[in-house]
Amino acid sequence: MSLLEISNLDLDIHGAPILRDVSLSVAPGQIVGVIGESGSGKSMTAFTVLQLLPEGAQARGQVTLNGHDMLSLSEAQLCRLRGNEVGMVFQEPMTALNPIRTIGEQVAETILIHEKVSKSEAMARAREALNRVELPADRFPLSRYPYELSGGQRQRVVIAMAIALRPKLLIADEPTTALDVTTQAQILALLTRLVREDGMGMLMITHDLAVVADMADDIVIMQKGRVVETGPAATLFETMQHPYSKALLAASTHAPDREDGTTEQPLLTVRNVVRAYSLPRKTLFGAPAQVQAVKGVSFDLKRGESLGLVGESGCGKSTLTRAILGLEQVQGGEILFDGQPVFTGTQVNRAVRRRMQVVFQDPYGSFNPRHKVARLVTEPFHLLDKPPTGAARAAAIAEALTSVGLSPEDQHKYIHEFSGGQRQRIAIARALIIKPDLIILDEAVSALDVQVRAQILDLLADLSKRFGLTYLFISHDLSVVRAITDRVLVMKSGEFVERGPTAQVFDAPQHDYTKALIAAAPRLPEEA
Amino acid sequence: MLRYTLSRLLSLGISLAVASVVIFLAIEVLPGDPAAYMLGLNAQPDTLAALRDELGLNGSLWERYADWVGGMLRGDFGTSYTYRSSVSEMIGERLWVSLPLALYALTLSTVIAFPAGIWAAARRGKAADVTVMGVTQLGVAIPNFWFAMLMVLVFAINLRWFSAGGFPGWDKGFWLSLKALTLPAIALALPQASILARVMRSALLDTLSEDFIRTARAKGLTKGQALRRHALRNALIPVLTIIGMQFSFLLAGGIIIENVFFLPGLGRMIFQAISARDLIVVESVVMLLVFAVVLVNFMVELAYALVDPRLRARA
Repeated sequence: MSLLEISNLDLDIHGAPILRDVSLSVAPGQIVGVIGESGSGKSMTAFTVLQLLPEGAQARGQVTLNGHDMLSLSEAQLCRLRGNEVGMVFQEPMTALNPIRTIGEQVAETILIHEKVSKSEAMARAREALNRVELPADRFPLSRYPYELSGGQRQRVVIAMAIALRPKLLIADEPTTALDVTTQAQILALLTRLVREDGMGMLMITHDLAVVADMADDIVIMQKGRVVETGPAATLFETMQHPYSKALLAASTHAPDREDGTTEQPLLTVRNVVRAYSLPRKTLFGAPAQVQAVKGVSFDLKRGESLGLVGESGCGKSTLTRAILGLEQVQGGEILFDGQPVFTGTQVNRAVRRRMQVVFQDPYGSFNPRHKVARLVTEPFHLLDKPPTGAARAAAIAEALTSVGLSPEDQHKYIHEFSGGQRQRIAIARALIIKPDLIILDEAVSALDVQVRAQILDLLADLSKRFGLTYLFISHDLSVVRAITDRVLVMKSGEFVERGPTAQVFDAPQHDYTKALIAAAPRLPEEA
Repeated sequence: MLRYTLSRLLSLGISLAVASVVIFLAIEVLPGDPAAYMLGLNAQPDTLAALRDELGLNGSLWERYADWVGGMLRGDFGTSYTYRSSVSEMIGERLWVSLPLALYALTLSTVIAFPAGIWAAARRGKAADVTVMGVTQLGVAIPNFWFAMLMVLVFAINLRWFSAGGFPGWDKGFWLSLKALTLPAIALALPQASILARVMRSALLDTLSEDFIRTARAKGLTKGQALRRHALRNALIPVLTIIGMQFSFLLAGGIIIENVFFLPGLGRMIFQAISARDLIVVESVVMLLVFAVVLVNFMVELAYALVDPRLRARA
């Protein structure tokens, strides 16, 4: 008998169809991966199981958890089940914990809510739960606050809360999406271990095929609120029939058709760059302590090259990017663009600055929502001494939008009218409009769904061919870096630990850190 | 926490020092010689000189500032030009009206606003929410002196439950005095409670949409439990800020209400002192109010740190 049985589930929110005819089941001890792009309804399926749906939601069909008919239970009965028979882990570990209560209190709360035990007994059991998620008492006492923990550690606390009462089913909604690859691998191993130890069923929701390919027993692929394909993980990749499943798999491993355009001429030269920050003063009059985020790094970026910069969060890659863009002054070394300094005195060198542009990660946060696209894409014009006006300006806008695959008519729209992928195209158009030599792509495709990501990678490859662009591609996603770069730098704690041609570094990594990174990255089974 | 407290104390001291200089200089550059004003148009030059000397108006700027600050530190605020009595005594009497009135109004405001704001947030979009939002909208819009006069008409003149104004003094009995302050306190509290209830509601709604509330619900907490255990304390920071500002306002800003109810409070005193160019009184009362505001801010900042462990750790 299965632990969770969803059959013919329909869900509407304020009349809009969200789920249609969804059926899936999870047996005790089984891991079921639910895959889909954003908006496919995978998270809503999970929230329907817990009955934690937004207002105006209406579910029809059958959801049976351990014999309970979830759709007909009262709110009070549901509260007794949540946290007790079913635990849930969420995507955003940074915000999933109450910032002003200790981790001990928050884990103990799961126990206190459901069982009549004393506070001290609940705290003792919270300690056990934290030990099980590998947060030992000596380094992680119960009195710690969430702000004292890293993202991966916080996710462990959330997992401890979810498994404290040894629920029969664990639902994990993109539990590792916000984490670095090595942390992701650890969290996935932890979840798998807990499932095996307790004989729990687990519903694992993710957009990343590779993540579930390794750990799931069964895979469910969803698209637009429907289940399009279901099957055992071991064979699904060979037997999949639905065109969407095939497209998803193809997009996940997509490498754009591109050739190495590297020339001999250096475009960007970084020499012994040091970027140090002052920490808050410990005493009132003492000198503040310094922390070096970038510790004297050097590299050359050749004209026409696509250079990857990989490393985990906090390794200094974003700091280095800001220094190259002249957004922050460096404390040592020099950054030359085509032989000229990026920073002169306390001023950014405008002659250099106008020749490089940047595309950031967040397609939702990096545009002013009150401006129309025409104004947004022409923002870099302020770097020019004589910005084009009238017909020349209109032509520049039309050309930039056309070259990223949008229509010149789109310039009259506001940014909220576009999808995430289209917004990232607009961000690229904004970078292109002053015809720069170098475009810095700072996690530019990390927030996109796999199919959209594949399209944007194709676009970047095509643009580099057409305009002879040079890319500095910063990412924590190794598969993307592998697909789009010629050469790669691996950064750890403010230093480069390995560098070389991309294929060589990925196939035969020399440094232990690079080896660990590559080993931790989830992989799809080899193409059948 | 100790380091945080000390750093807040230091900033309190600096604020007070800067404020004292600003107040002193502002009064100095004002036109009008207080001695000439007090003696009238036909004053003899030698009488004028004698009075100026007596009032300490002849020393250098620096001497007079040092005298003034030094006096205040000893609790001596000088002598009023017009009343010829000790300013500290005058302030003391008035403070015993204004301070209890401000605390009374603030208590009323908080006692009304917290449940109203929580109730509205917990039932967002339902009848309770609409009611609270409508009533508080009115509460903010109605001028409080008009409401005060309305209350006098209803409760003092028609029903005769309260007296229409005046203050008997605390020595005439605690409950009698409290009763005399009740209508003014309600009039002062009404707009404050309305603002505070709205701030409470929106702060709570913000917190209720945070991820950790969803986590709490997934643990099995009911909506009410999640609100009480996780949302409320997180929503307190903006609410504390408003409470602090309201107390400062209530202490000195009750002048219209004091006039409506003939209460001998600080607001009326400073108004009279300004009309009479009684600069010593003006300086001292303003300085006292600044002190009260800075002190309240200090306490609000300590309260922030009690609410939020991140603040305790940062300093």
